[in-house]
Amino acid sequence: MTYLADVAALTRKDLRVELRAQDTLPAMLLFVLSTLVVFHFALPEGTGEDAAYGLLWVAIVFTALLGLARAWVPEQEHGVFDGLVLAPCDRSAIWVGKTVATLAFLLAAQVVALPAFALFFAPLDAVALVGVLLADIGICAVGSLMAAMAAAGRARELLLPLLLLPLSIPLIVGGVGSAISTEPERYLLLLALYDGIFAVLSWASFEYVVTES
Amino acid sequence: MSSAFSWIRGLPALATLAAGLIGLALLLSFFIAPEDGNQGISQRIFYIHVPIALTAYFCFGLGAWKALLLLWRGEERHDLESYVAIHQGTIFGLLTLITGAIWAKASWGVWWTWDSNQLVLFLTLFLFYCAYFMLRFSLPEGPRRSRSSAVYALFGVALIPVSFLAIRLAEDFIHPTTFTRDGPQMTGTMFTAFCVSWVAVTLLAYVLYRVELVGKRLHTDLRELREALE
Amino acid sequence: MTGGEYVAAAYGVVFVFVLVYVAIIAAKLVRLQRDTAELLELARRRELDG
Repeated sequence: MTYLADVAALTRKDLRVELRAQDTLPAMLLFVLSTLVVFHFALPEGTGEDAAYGLLWVAIVFTALLGLARAWVPEQEHGVFDGLVLAPCDRSAIWVGKTVATLAFLLAAQVVALPAFALFFAPLDAVALVGVLLADIGICAVGSLMAAMAAAGRARELLLPLLLLPLSIPLIVGGVGSAISTEPERYLLLLALYDGIFAVLSWASFEYVVTES
Repeated sequence: MSSAFSWIRGLPALATLAAGLIGLALLLSFFIAPEDGNQGISQRIFYIHVPIALTAYFCFGLGAWKALLLLWRGEERHDLESYVAIHQGTIFGLLTLITGAIWAKASWGVWWTWDSNQLVLFLTLFLFYCAYFMLRFSLPEGPRRSRSSAVYALFGVALIPVSFLAIRLAEDFIHPTTFTRDGPQMTGTMFTAFCVSWVAVTLLAYVLYRVELVGKRLHTDLRELREALE
Repeated sequence: MTGGEYVAAAYGVVFVFVLVYVAIIAAKLVRLQRDTAELLELARRRELDG
């Protein structure tokens, strides 16, 4: 139970920092809405709904990237990263806390963005929403680990998209498939499989990428 | 200091074996194996393209295995081994893309086709492993870099089957009517030629891997020697 | 291009890659040799001084 308490405390810390500074969430919101407006002009007349669903996924992935790029910045700026690693809790709890917090930001942005998408372009059914949720979990789980890896390097903002985009291709396939396919179950299964495999991998390997020696 | 030299033992023999096998593979695939009834001579690209693709997987797998050993046992030498294996894999992956493009042009008349799952998968993997090098070169040298690279290498082998599955599923909505490609109807000698080519290319990759490792170790040893002398 | 030329191109590309690889390894060897010679010089001078 202490593990869950640690995770809850770490998540609360991230949410509180964001509530005070409001660095990430307003930017994600504005970004995803601007992207949708840009898409209106990028989609010629008569391209149909399928193209719009495809672009929605581009918007989701890039919004997540925007949030993930900021994920470890508060820790870095205030030099508390090393202290956090030395804290008497399981290090993977740090990863879980960060993943949950990033997921919360992404979902908050989507609460506005998805109705806007439905209003501007095409309706989203329940299956598509489940697809969005599953893909969000996957991208936040892998992304918070990749962001921690990139944070140690030079040019971390440049590095994160390069690390994450090839890894997110299965998520895009699953997301677009669940939105447009007539048999979406297979795509939801793919997303769930991805989440399972990569969440366990990220959870198990987080400790290795943040400790110095 | 002996670390660099302990690796050479057996290497000349391996290199000779690789060279002999490559000669044999070329002989088999050009002169012994019969011409394919459907595709004609361009089917012979198969004997180089597929072994190179399989070798690239072998290298990525080797790199991930060494990465696992690094994380598991914490022995620093596995870092270099993992890096060199992935370096080889990326080179062979690029070769797969190039020979695959030539094959696509020869048999379907286009340089690139999203219908070939294998090519699309290799493009994804190529991008993924290029990012591996970006990650490695942006981190400061040390145990943290070794372990971050190792974790990323392990993600690679998890990504291969998941991406393959995803690309198979994506076919349905990207190309609802995929043209079916007959599996290669290989006769006995064709299959032999393919297997010999496969072994030959894998051995070539392994020899290059060992040579690269010797060079890198020698370089490190010399640097340490210089520090000791100065 | 005919089928044969594509086959030749595929094998040629692989051959060129391996050749370039050997050239790069040769270049590295030359550098290693230079380093070794330099160190040898350093060690000899050290011996004369000491």
